[in-house]
Amino acid sequence: MGVAVVTAGKVPVSYVLRRLTQTVLVLWAAFTLSFVILYLLPGDAVLTKLGSAEGGITADPEELAAIRAEYGMDEPVLVQYLDRLFAALTGDFGTSVTTGETATHMVVSALPSTLAIAVPALVLAIVIGGGVALLGTYTRQRWLGQLLLSLPPLGISLPPFWVGLLLIQLFSFELRLLPAMGAEGISSVILPSVTLALPVGAIVAQVLAKSLATQQAQPYVDVVAAKGASRVRVHIGHVLRNAAVPALTLAGVVTGNLLAGSVVTETVFSRDGIGRVTADAVTAQDIPVVQAVIVLAAAVFVLINLIVDLVYPVLDPRIAHTPAAGPAKERIHA
Amino acid sequence: MSRPLIVLLLAAALLASACSQSAGGGQREDGPPRQGGTLTLGIATPPDCIDPQQVGLNAGLNVGRQLVDSLTDQDPETGEITPWLAERWEVGDDARSFTFHLREGATFSDGSPVDAAAVKASFDGIKELGPSALVASGYLAEYTGTTVAGEYTARVEFAEPSAQFLQATSTMSLGLLAPSAYEATPEQRCHGDGLIGSGPFVFESFTQNQEIVIGKRRGYTWGSSLWEREGEAYLDKVIYRIVPEPGVRTGSLVSGQLDAITDVQPVDEARFEGGGFIGSVRSNPGIVFNLHANTARGVLAEENVRKAVQKAVNRKEVSDTVLSPNYKPASSILAASTPLHTDLSAELTHDPDGASALLAAAGWVEGPDGIRVRNGERLSASVIFSSAFNQSQSVLELVQQQLKAIGFELRVEPHPTPEVTDRQQRGDYEFLWYNVTRADPDILRNTFSTGAGDRSKLEPGNPLDVALDKQAASTDAAVRAPAAAEAQRLIVEHAYAIPVFELSQVIALGPTAHDIAFEASSRLRLSGAWVSPS
Repeated sequence: MGVAVVTAGKVPVSYVLRRLTQTVLVLWAAFTLSFVILYLLPGDAVLTKLGSAEGGITADPEELAAIRAEYGMDEPVLVQYLDRLFAALTGDFGTSVTTGETATHMVVSALPSTLAIAVPALVLAIVIGGGVALLGTYTRQRWLGQLLLSLPPLGISLPPFWVGLLLIQLFSFELRLLPAMGAEGISSVILPSVTLALPVGAIVAQVLAKSLATQQAQPYVDVVAAKGASRVRVHIGHVLRNAAVPALTLAGVVTGNLLAGSVVTETVFSRDGIGRVTADAVTAQDIPVVQAVIVLAAAVFVLINLIVDLVYPVLDPRIAHTPAAGPAKERIHA
Repeated sequence: MSRPLIVLLLAAALLASACSQSAGGGQREDGPPRQGGTLTLGIATPPDCIDPQQVGLNAGLNVGRQLVDSLTDQDPETGEITPWLAERWEVGDDARSFTFHLREGATFSDGSPVDAAAVKASFDGIKELGPSALVASGYLAEYTGTTVAGEYTARVEFAEPSAQFLQATSTMSLGLLAPSAYEATPEQRCHGDGLIGSGPFVFESFTQNQEIVIGKRRGYTWGSSLWEREGEAYLDKVIYRIVPEPGVRTGSLVSGQLDAITDVQPVDEARFEGGGFIGSVRSNPGIVFNLHANTARGVLAEENVRKAVQKAVNRKEVSDTVLSPNYKPASSILAASTPLHTDLSAELTHDPDGASALLAAAGWVEGPDGIRVRNGERLSASVIFSSAFNQSQSVLELVQQQLKAIGFELRVEPHPTPEVTDRQQRGDYEFLWYNVTRADPDILRNTFSTGAGDRSKLEPGNPLDVALDKQAASTDAAVRAPAAAEAQRLIVEHAYAIPVFELSQVIALGPTAHDIAFEASSRLRLSGAWVSPS
């Protein structure tokens, strides 16, 4: 392990600079694309707001123009874009046309609610998904292995919407153990976390099981076993360790899945959160809010991938951030 | 491997839902009202705004109604305008000026008096909001100002005859806010900050996408003349819980997590008949859900085509199949609960043979795919709408089938709100699908008059304009009633719009909730509501 830590500690400056540049580029691209797409759609947030009353809009074109001017929407598109971009650099994404609150405030106040279900969901997904993969590849009972390994495809194919409703029906409406809605106390977090964890855990299990199976077929497994290591030790200490690296590349995907899943989960469980805010903002073409969410999501994504890249060498010293320094060492954790 | 598991899970879900349908039958005994307690009400959509003067959607109006009082009230049964904050009023000739004499002793929740100056501050404040006051700005379109004629006497004046204003003063949209409320920005008021009214409830908190809480106004004694009691509300608190998923709303009510719910879906209605649960329904007054024809576009320019569509729509089938008997077939362009509604159901009967005859006489012959053609032109039109009402899509798909039977192709095109609004604004549509809630026939002027919305794209000065202007100019029923009847008759006769069904507010009350009422515009009134211990 000592070797790995030293390698990780030796991250060169050029690597950090390259990653920082990449980060800025990704955030800028996310910001720009979201602006362009929403701008190109027919209609805008002012029309959504004024057309939200029953029967549609009653304002005449001059009144509309006056309101658009209030939001700076009368400026040429390039000016609007640059204004937004420079403001965003200071953390100001503008004011939501729909709610009149600042986009930053809306996103920041929704974040804790999403984290409250996303973090337990992530832990659950890793524990359950990892457990299924480990047990499924470890067991010598053919039927058990097959049963366990058929769970991930099932988990992925079950729509979270339906799973959420099913859980509510059973645990809230029938057994009356847990609340069906809201965000009060730990009990309100359990069902949404499980719902959110299911598809994510399925992905974790799927990829890890595949990776474990690949490693199990490697010759070093026989070597370790011949040296007298127990089956459990071989599976956890050697096979899992080598299999974890490919599985780790999923971290970004998993985060994306958690965010995407929050849209449905938060709606079904009547919670506030990033998913709800995003869905409403996209429907209303509320550009400031959508951009705040997208930039946040992109930042999280970039950060997770950065952490993963930094952790790789800890798990597998063959991976180094200085490919120019020479061929990676051939080393097996044996 | 995975198939048996899915079947198992499905079976579990079905079993679970079957178990919960245990409601028995029978009426329930409510007993005498009880003081205190909290009503938890499940609502479908998060209100972006709860300031009644600004908001346009039910979700916000149902909150705002409880926070403000109005100058007048409207009897939901008769449509009559009755005293509330104003004890009496006089309407000037040609409905350009209205003088209100306020009752004394009413106060806003900041302690300031409800007086003539407050009336002026509120109406000026709404005018200042412009079109951001989605509903109220229309009511005050011709408003020129309010004169404080005495401490408790306010004269409101208009540039044009505005008979509708009297009814408008009964709505929450023209409910009064304290002068100090206008020190807050419109955005702050939308979220309850500085939203100071004189109503039976006061604002407590607003949590994004989660809930809104209002509490009893202590010492309230100036309720409307229509209420059973004019004093304080029974409830200490009302929590509006935002529960978007209809199944969760229903299940939460049945399992006692909510006291009452709004927006009950037609498929769930049967669940709330008896067993301690009751459904409560009121049709929305105003313009019914209709296919509003753009007479300047395509085949809809031809009156006989529009008339054929009118005859081919089977309104009863719409109510009976995709909706429920709570949604009545339209009997005019106005819902039956609208004052001065005229029953034109004889003109709106299902007559596919008559429709086919009209089309055949006009030279439309059946084409190869069953859709009629004439000189290479297909008998086809699109309808655009956004999904404000959940069942719109299924209703329109049924209408599509009904029209196909006479060889008319209806292209059903759902779009996001901004796109529909944009196309409506530019006149870029064939049929427009919408409804508008308002307990006054003047609502027809908003969408049919060439001087206002002009959605039919008619020539200015047409007979419909004349009738609409006439009903706008007098609060005297003897003058207004014939003009309003004429307007409804002209719209149906020329099929400028094809009325289909009346929207209804369907709510369900659990065993703990009592006396949640509808006011004249079918918004909730909670001043008389109460809860029993669960």
